[in-house]
Amino acid sequence: MAPVSDSESSLVTTQRLAYTYKRSLGPVLSQFFTALRERRILGVRRPDGSVMVPPREYDPDSGEAISEMVEVSDSGVVKSWAWVHAPRPAQPLPHPFAYALIQLDGADTPLLHVVDAGAEEQMQTGMRVRARWAEPRGGGIGDIAAFEPATGATGE
Amino acid sequence: MSEDASEAVELLRIPVELDYTYSAGQSASRFLRAIAEGRLLGQRCPVDGKVYFPTRGSCPQHGVPTAGDPVELPDRGCIVTYSIVRVPSENIPLELPYIAVQVLLDGADTVLMHVLGESSLEDVHMGMRVQAVWRPRGEWTTSIGNILYFKPTGEPDAPYDSYREHI
Repeated sequence: MAPVSDSESSLVTTQRLAYTYKRSLGPVLSQFFTALRERRILGVRRPDGSVMVPPREYDPDSGEAISEMVEVSDSGVVKSWAWVHAPRPAQPLPHPFAYALIQLDGADTPLLHVVDAGAEEQMQTGMRVRARWAEPRGGGIGDIAAFEPATGATGE
Repeated sequence: MSEDASEAVELLRIPVELDYTYSAGQSASRFLRAIAEGRLLGQRCPVDGKVYFPTRGSCPQHGVPTAGDPVELPDRGCIVTYSIVRVPSENIPLELPYIAVQVLLDGADTVLMHVLGESSLEDVHMGMRVQAVWRPRGEWTTSIGNILYFKPTGEPDAPYDSYREHI
């Protein structure tokens, strides 16, 4: 067999495989995303009085339908986190950041979001963070651009 | 996402995207380089002599390389089957309705998916003889898109038995 010459080498191309799907929100999540556009964060109250953020349509224990919306703070506490050293193109920030579970003041469950802390050394469990809102906002979780360390005494 | 700030957000549009690098491999690269010169290359299975077009470098039926000389095919053949497309697709810029056809080139044993032009929806039929309409030579690239579409030749229909095993 003749050696493979340059003219017989493989052609290479870059391609994008893309599919956009549509998620119909329903009455509860619709309120959550509509409120984000207005820089407000909503949870839902469970029968035991606790508040879930993000909200769900059903109580996870009993399965009972729940719909009482409760506004919570855009500040809260980092419950857990993982540092992303090398973000991929589709991830929320182009520079290193933390994915974190953040329990907002007034909520009883943590919300998965992003902390733009600058450096891994700035991150610690229990730290206070506050939402940085995106401009413009369109009614998506990206309306919160990221959470940032809140350095004030109260975190407010 | 909602575009009107006065209306409730009822739908999320969630894009799923994958960017990747595709290496065509030697066999498909040879096919694509030939089509950049206006030539259509198939390859023959050494076991039963069937001609694969486009060529993938191996015979899927016998699991052997189609390593012999490529077979040059004409740019005409017959319609094996077709479908009239009336539903838009984001990635297909053709005007609706259009006719998607599977073409069996003369001398090939596999069909080529393409589009039929210069024909009314009523006239298209199985066995219809067709011929490629190429882009202007200066626009040719390493792409099957060098063939704009197939058009009817006006020749008598291919007999059913000549393409029945490819339906």
